[in-house]
Amino acid sequence: METYYDPADLARFAEISEGAPELAKKFFEYYGAVFAEGELTEREKALIALAVAHAIQCPYCIDAYTQTCLEKGVSIEEMTEAVHVSCAIRGGASLVHGTQMRKIAKKLSM
Amino acid sequence: MAVDAHSAVGPAIDNSCLECRPEPFFKTLARHGLEIKRDRTDTLQINVGFYCNQVCRHCHLEAGPGRLEIMDLHTMNDVVAYAGRSGFQTVDITGGAPEMNPHIEYLIEDIAPLAGRIMLRSNLTALGNKQTDDLIKLCCRHRVVIVASLPSVKTSQTDSQRGKGVMDASIAMLRKLNNFGYGQAGTGLELNLVSSPSGAFLTASQAQSEKRFRDDLERKYGLVFNNLFTFANVPLGRFRSWLQESGNLDRYEQRLAESFNPCTIQGLMCRTLVSVSWDGYLFDCDFNLALRAYLGGLKKHVSEMEGAPEAETRIPIGDHCYACTAGAGFT
Repeated sequence: METYYDPADLARFAEISEGAPELAKKFFEYYGAVFAEGELTEREKALIALAVAHAIQCPYCIDAYTQTCLEKGVSIEEMTEAVHVSCAIRGGASLVHGTQMRKIAKKLSM
Repeated sequence: MAVDAHSAVGPAIDNSCLECRPEPFFKTLARHGLEIKRDRTDTLQINVGFYCNQVCRHCHLEAGPGRLEIMDLHTMNDVVAYAGRSGFQTVDITGGAPEMNPHIEYLIEDIAPLAGRIMLRSNLTALGNKQTDDLIKLCCRHRVVIVASLPSVKTSQTDSQRGKGVMDASIAMLRKLNNFGYGQAGTGLELNLVSSPSGAFLTASQAQSEKRFRDDLERKYGLVFNNLFTFANVPLGRFRSWLQESGNLDRYEQRLAESFNPCTIQGLMCRTLVSVSWDGYLFDCDFNLALRAYLGGLKKHVSEMEGAPEAETRIPIGDHCYACTAGAGFT
């Protein structure tokens, strides 16, 4: 069955540079620099990427960063906690908007 | 650090092309203008048999309790005589679980005076199966370097690779080794750990892993060690079967090939090591031993060898060699 997401498409990511090679070059250089060891370790950055991948629900990124995390020595328990962080922030972001609802409801109500 | 599109969004990017087969290893070497030839051989690796108390899912030799191929005393004498006429700097004893060979103490006693450095590869649990600590005491006496398998500091990962309860037993044995002085500063008793991934993925950086192991083992268990080595699993034997059954083989092989690092060739262990199997035949490494790809392509028994293999002789290669040339390599 055809789907919009095909795992094989991930290998074709490089083709994105054909439309705008200079922009792609800048992006990929930036990308590499972001994930290099810095104040944060590569391992920490991989865990952040995994959590963000779940927040934005990108299947390519989840696939890629699950593997990266394993290769950086991250355990499934640690990855699961990172996903819960993502979940908590997403859920909390919805819930905290309840203050707006409450303010508006209060203003409109007698 | 500049990267290309294949590096962005992590390593899985190229692996998703499941139809793609990796370029044959010999072609990759040729493309880089490289070849693998023997250097001066300074290490004798002795595989004393495939008998083991564990059935590790990544084992390229498919070692286990059902494997009865064990080096006998006659072959051991041939090996000791070979070491005596060849002048190896290092002797590296492996298996299976070498502790389970009934003649292991005899081998260590006889070969220790013939080499500057003796290494014993241990899965830690077999060392603990001994009724007494005589083998550990013997290792202390001969300053045998113990190279112990510990895939992860996480119980779930260690047990999933090596069997239920292995982590706890390994920690108990590491504690005993520490008590004997192994891994402790100033004792001269070296305890090194080996970590290989518990799945179809590559290893973490050796330096980063060593720091994490050191911190975690010290904090959680009060354990110390000297060095940690990280190795990629070689897609042979039981590990290959698991890769096939789990649908990971193509992707894993592709990942290894993509991680080919030409800088690893110079330091490959097969260039300076000769491996002798339980039945006395010679190989360029333990992986070629698993494939029965003989030393230099010729079947030769240790009793027929005049000395260490000559430099510049060719080493049989295959696609399994990608595991030793991926990333930082296999030493």
